[in-house]
Amino acid sequence: MEWRFSDDLPIYQQIMSQIKTCIATGTWKPGDKLPSVRELALEAEVNPNTMQKALSELEREGLLYSQRTAGRFVSDNASKAKVLQEEMMEEYIKKFLEQMKKLGYTPEETLKLLQKFID
Amino acid sequence: MSDIAVCKDLKKSYGRKSVLKGLNLSIESGKIIGLLGPNGSGKTTLIKLMSGILRANDGEILIGGNPVGIETKKIVSYLPERPYFSASMKIDEVINFFDDFYEDFEKETAYGMLEKLNISPAARIRTLSKGNREKVQLILVMSRKAKLYLLDEPMGGIDPAARDYILKTILTNYSEDSSVIISTHLISDVENVLDDVIFIKDGEMVLHKSVDDIRMEEKKSVDALFREVFAC
Repeated sequence: MEWRFSDDLPIYQQIMSQIKTCIATGTWKPGDKLPSVRELALEAEVNPNTMQKALSELEREGLLYSQRTAGRFVSDNASKAKVLQEEMMEEYIKKFLEQMKKLGYTPEETLKLLQKFID
Repeated sequence: MSDIAVCKDLKKSYGRKSVLKGLNLSIESGKIIGLLGPNGSGKTTLIKLMSGILRANDGEILIGGNPVGIETKKIVSYLPERPYFSASMKIDEVINFFDDFYEDFEKETAYGMLEKLNISPAARIRTLSKGNREKVQLILVMSRKAKLYLLDEPMGGIDPAARDYILKTILTNYSEDSSVIISTHLISDVENVLDDVIFIKDGEMVLHKSVDDIRMEEKKSVDALFREVFAC
């Protein structure tokens, strides 16, 4: 996975949202085993404590679960992936509308333009 | 979490020039900490005091509960600003040196890392490029199972690929109960691997915070905050 970080948010939150994307898009499938914290930290070039924090938070949210000896896995809960996908869809659309508003387009104009592009 | 190192009212001057003016700080176990400050702020002096190369004029440093001395040198692994090996020595001779000096030195770790870099242990220090010399030095320092690593400018004057290598070496080799202090002004290079940052200015600590908190509260990177705090 390609990790990218911006400056304005804590790294662990950015790791969380990138992993969420992986789960929502099915790159990481339910039941998949995650690499170790250390491996992931090295891959993302972040502090292992930061990676640990992100994974623990995702566990708390129920997207991952860990088994004492076997490691950490993506939850089987398929509905979670669906919810995630919807959450992200909402976020992207809101962002898009906001940007269009900044450019001076009304929602109606934006909708028309969008239709034109799809056609 | 317990503190691996504590500095209390630390003072150091060179002649009339006062460099540290009553510095107080504590370093938690298991953290990677960035020691950041402009040139001449006292970073190297602080690290040298902690490693025992310099003595403080006043104040106290405790590392693992002990004042700086033989006991602390056993658990502190120090990377100086400049490599200090004799140019005529071979790498494996330096490795034997380290092995004699430090109980916690792991020869196999060092040889393993050299092999990955395709550096021959039989090579003389003189024949190495500047970047490779720095890497060899870091390999030796990180091959100790220390409790506290003091890295003074580990990325001075090296290319971006070597920078990645050095960060990975640090991340792979420090154990979770040990701490790493990295002094640097290349903040954006190290920002993502740091737990906490300490800003020092004119020999005094002006900030000690977690990177997460800085990003959360200031909505900006440590690099950006540094430029603000130390704007000339």
